[in-house]
Amino acid sequence: MEQSWKQAKAVFAAALAAPLAWLVVFFVAPMVIVWAFSFGQNQGLTEIAISGTFHNYARAIAPLYLQIFLKSAWVAGLTTALCLVLGFPVALAITFAADRAKTWLLLLIMLPFWTNLLIRTYALIAVLRTEGYVNMGLEWLWKGGGALAALVGLKPLGAFQPLELLHNNFAVVLGLVYVHLPFMVLPLYAALDRLDRSLLEASLDLGAGHLRTLLRVVVPLALPGIASGVLITFIPALGAYLTPDLLGGPDSQMIANVIERQFKRANDWPFGAALSFVLMYLTFIAVAIQAVLAKRTPEARG
Amino acid sequence: MSQAKPIITFENVTKRFGKLAAVDDVSLTVNEGEFFALLGPSGCGKTTLLRMLAGFEVPTEGRILIDGQDVSNTPPNKRPINMVFQSYAVFPHMTVADNVAYGLVVDKVAKAERDRRVEEALSLVQLDGLGGRKPDQLSGGQRQRVALARALVKRPRVLLLDEPLSALDAKLRAQMRTELCTLQEKVGITFIMVTHDQDEALALASRCAVMNKGVLQQVASPNDLYEFPSSRFVADFIGQVNLFEGVLAVDEQDHAVIRAPDLPVDLFLDHGVTGARGATLWAAIRPEKIELHKKTGETPPNLGDAPAGTNAVAGVIRHEAYLGGSSTYEVEIAGGRRIKVQRSNLTRWDQEDFALGETVWLCWHACSPAVLLS
Ligand SMILES: Nc1ncnc2c1ncn2[C@@H]1O[C@H](COP(=O)(O)OP(=O)(O)OP(=O)(O)O)[C@@H](O)[C@H]1O
Ligand SMILES: [Mg+2]
Repeated sequence: MEQSWKQAKAVFAAALAAPLAWLVVFFVAPMVIVWAFSFGQNQGLTEIAISGTFHNYARAIAPLYLQIFLKSAWVAGLTTALCLVLGFPVALAITFAADRAKTWLLLLIMLPFWTNLLIRTYALIAVLRTEGYVNMGLEWLWKGGGALAALVGLKPLGAFQPLELLHNNFAVVLGLVYVHLPFMVLPLYAALDRLDRSLLEASLDLGAGHLRTLLRVVVPLALPGIASGVLITFIPALGAYLTPDLLGGPDSQMIANVIERQFKRANDWPFGAALSFVLMYLTFIAVAIQAVLAKRTPEARG
Repeated sequence: MSQAKPIITFENVTKRFGKLAAVDDVSLTVNEGEFFALLGPSGCGKTTLLRMLAGFEVPTEGRILIDGQDVSNTPPNKRPINMVFQSYAVFPHMTVADNVAYGLVVDKVAKAERDRRVEEALSLVQLDGLGGRKPDQLSGGQRQRVALARALVKRPRVLLLDEPLSALDAKLRAQMRTELCTLQEKVGITFIMVTHDQDEALALASRCAVMNKGVLQQVASPNDLYEFPSSRFVADFIGQVNLFEGVLAVDEQDHAVIRAPDLPVDLFLDHGVTGARGATLWAAIRPEKIELHKKTGETPPNLGDAPAGTNAVAGVIRHEAYLGGSSTYEVEIAGGRRIKVQRSNLTRWDQEDFALGETVWLCWHACSPAVLLS
């Protein structure tokens, strides 16, 4: 099979040509153009002179923007950590669910993908805003508690103060976790599912409890899956645009929001391009770290 | 075996997977210090039986007792049992030494003691010096031995072995067999071993159980299993056998005669048979219990314990296989039935060289056939 593929070079090339052309025209070429922009400067309203200057990069890593990069990394990191903490038990539960339930649970995990991100984000706003479901529910509880307090003769509780759940960093992290959880659960599930069950049984057989089995056998063997889950969550979270834009407050803008502003409102394409490429280099670093980690962990097969 | 003390008891244990009864109403007792072997064709429920004992499967019906205690609610990590898995289940992310030490770490054995015992266990399975390797740097047989060392080092009351030697070459296998045997005698652990290899079972075990389709067929010592099989299945499964279906023609206190359509002569037995006259039964004769003689005349050889005209038949050698220690022949008798005969190669060159196509006499003692009712 492999041999015949290697021999039929013409067929191979023909099959490859179309996707390759597509990639070059719609991915590589725009990237190169934007990359070139990052070394240029604005001339007039629409003209960009590519002068080979590093000025844009110098600006991009100036404290003002470096801070936003750091903040983005911090928010993305927190999101990833929360996704991992929440996603691991979920992936574990799906792995050990009965075969029929498994299909449904996986479907449930993937269900959000079928809805537009914008709609999901607005739905989240409806849940979190001052008159949202969360605050309504809390108010109801509060009133119930107050009535109960009055009943047993305690001091009344006073008026209900709705929680500020929207337009702050909390809302951004919550929204990012909500959006990215499936990205974490699926690779984790894939890694856990191909884990040889007899290894877990061997661990139990040797006297280990479930917690030790989890920490000493399951987690180490699922490490490649954890690494790819972390990466696949961290990268899009780092470049998140819509979520901080809609759910965040004035202080919760992330780097993608700044980039968007450069391209649109500020009309400073060269600087936006430089910021974009700094973001991309950060992503490359994350991928490189993952690759190094993946090399160090053994195959999870017996 | 005089002070037989039961350590494991299966009471009418059944395990169903959906409709299939993988283990079907098995009642069985294994005694302290025994080397017990479980034999049976692939898929007959051997692994399932062991897994129930180890606590990985719950019996659908019946109870399992360890030391007289019902262990239905005891999780695997609380049972005084360790298992060597059919698939080895060696942890791929740990070194060989860490694999072996795993169970000791769980038991909070002090480091010095632990290292010593790991060392000891590794040398027991002849893996000295390989403690630092990762399992993917080992051969299949070596991995199997890591699994063995890992279970042994815990010194369990009962060690379950699911085909523990299947990946080893013949020589190492024989060596490990002896090792297992000595080890078992030395540490006094009760061994329950599943094997496909009947030679292994017969050589190692103090008692064997034969299973078929989830049902226990016979539990007996290796000797009894071979010489006194309880059914055609067992007779056929353990070793080679010639089975003759027939009817009981004569049944007296001290002798019986079976008339088999396949045989031109009657089968004479030097003992009575508990069976109805005219009932269908089977005579099983092992190949090595049939003597082969050159046909020099028309009078068949008489071994002196059967009347003339019984227990001897003429035939033509159709097939011969030289096996080193012995040779096996297939002899075709009148009517076309082929009979397997085994003959020890007592001398280095055979005075009585039997050739293909040669006509020979086959005869057997009156005590040789085993009578089977099912
Ligand atoms: N988890 C399971 N679910 C459904 N059927 C099973 C399961 N485990 C075993 N079986 C079935 O039960 C029967 C007995 O299986 P078992 O593994 O005990 O056989 P075995 O005697 O160990 O065979 P082998 O010698 O090939 O290892 C088989 O028919 C098998 O398909
Ligand atoms: Mg098996």
